[in-house]
Amino acid sequence: MKRFEYLRPTTIADAVSAASAPGAAYLAGGTNLLDLMKGGMTQPDRLVDVSHLPGLDAIEHRADGSVRIGARVRNADLAYDPVFARRFPAVAEALLSGASAQLRNAATVGGNLLQRTRCSYFYDVASACNKRTPGAGCEARGGDTRLHAVIGWSDSCIATHPSDFCVPLVALDAVVEIEGKRAHRELPLEQLHRLPGDTPERETVLEPGDLIVAVRLPPEAASFAANARYLKVRERTSYAFAVVSAAAALRIESGTIAGARIALGGVAPKPWRAHAAEAVLAGARPDDATFRRAAEVALADATPSGDNAFKIELARRIVTRTLALAAAGTPDRMPALPASPFAQIAGAFVHA
Amino acid sequence: MSLSISLTVNGESKQVPLDDPRVTLLDLLRERLELTGTKKGCDRGQCGACTVLVDGRRINSCLALAISCDSAQVQTIEGVAQGETLHPVQAAFIAHDALQCGFCTPGQIMSAIGLLHEGHAGGDPERVREGMSGNLCRCGAYAGITEAVLEAGTTLAAQDRRDAA
Repeated sequence: MKRFEYLRPTTIADAVSAASAPGAAYLAGGTNLLDLMKGGMTQPDRLVDVSHLPGLDAIEHRADGSVRIGARVRNADLAYDPVFARRFPAVAEALLSGASAQLRNAATVGGNLLQRTRCSYFYDVASACNKRTPGAGCEARGGDTRLHAVIGWSDSCIATHPSDFCVPLVALDAVVEIEGKRAHRELPLEQLHRLPGDTPERETVLEPGDLIVAVRLPPEAASFAANARYLKVRERTSYAFAVVSAAAALRIESGTIAGARIALGGVAPKPWRAHAAEAVLAGARPDDATFRRAAEVALADATPSGDNAFKIELARRIVTRTLALAAAGTPDRMPALPASPFAQIAGAFVHA
Repeated sequence: MSLSISLTVNGESKQVPLDDPRVTLLDLLRERLELTGTKKGCDRGQCGACTVLVDGRRINSCLALAISCDSAQVQTIEGVAQGETLHPVQAAFIAHDALQCGFCTPGQIMSAIGLLHEGHAGGDPERVREGMSGNLCRCGAYAGITEAVLEAGTTLAAQDRRDAA
């Protein structure tokens, strides 16, 4: 690991100022950053430790029905907040399907949004990677591409965004609050991450010094609580990143879908909201044929970036199955294996 | 800024001078405080061998900078027995043969103590396995580990009831 300067500011303004310098990075839970620094994928000159900054660790359930989650809230604390888990069950399920208990105890909300891809070529500093070294090329292309993107990728980069948490968040119209050199600002989570294009090294719209201070879910997000799920296909039962995942949230009124939200994980360079598929569901009956049609639309623009055509069909099936499980109702208790696609739905085939 | 930190490790206050901010909590425990019970497996947050409790919560000490743990309470495997009396999780690991080579065991035990304290697994073996999935055991002693954690959970719950009575 390269040596770095360590700063621990006590105010947000001091943190922003310290992190605006070239080569500076924020440190919070450290679960991704320290791993990247040990491997040499990231080599900051300065770490600005925000893990002790006051005022960023609250979960505020507001009178208007929205919730504001401080950026420093730990993944486990959010997932096990009883009010949060009851109102936003798909978010809690996604959180608990990610990483391990130890990592969830350390990893923060803000850090989860800004975690880097798990592309093995990005992680292997002996491989060319446009994200690590702009202009170097991409050795993932033509390489081992089973787990790479099938939506939103470019010739320069086919890496995926690995977050589980972001998938239901983006489905539920989460908003990100940012402090920076300019005034406090906010933007929809859907607009935080950029598609790679020719500049895959620029993963978000954040500018130097920008600090995510909170994530908000609007009041409407809680209206899906009775029918919301997150499903995640992994290469082992637990403690693995998504091959493909999906969040589905339905508002069912008088046997008809009054509102629907769908987002996908593991398939694109950013958490992928499927707006067109939601439009298919609006006003329809919650049945398998409708869910399959929505899944077709969700993956309509998908194309393999290598040996990963299977992910497109897998994603269709996972979207269909997540919708079916959401329609069946949010479980009363968090499943023992959160987000497992292998739970039975009464009367349904395991292979949707 | 001075790089010295103060920590409470297994109930004992320590002032530790740090000459380098890169030192992880794991390396601090092993190399500077000579508490080598905490093991370095992958050093990248993938195996769980380095699990310790920081302010009562289990974390991977390989992915925590020591300097960032300034003023924290740390508990390691060296601090769980009371004199000659083993912690119920330690005793259960022996009773259930929950190890073979033993390298992952300190991390498994600290993780199990954290899991039981968190209180989300109850007596459900599937929830115990899921809650312990951050600790790999290359000898494959998982069956014994799950049994040990379940039994320790029962023992600790009985102790809590006695303490409350």
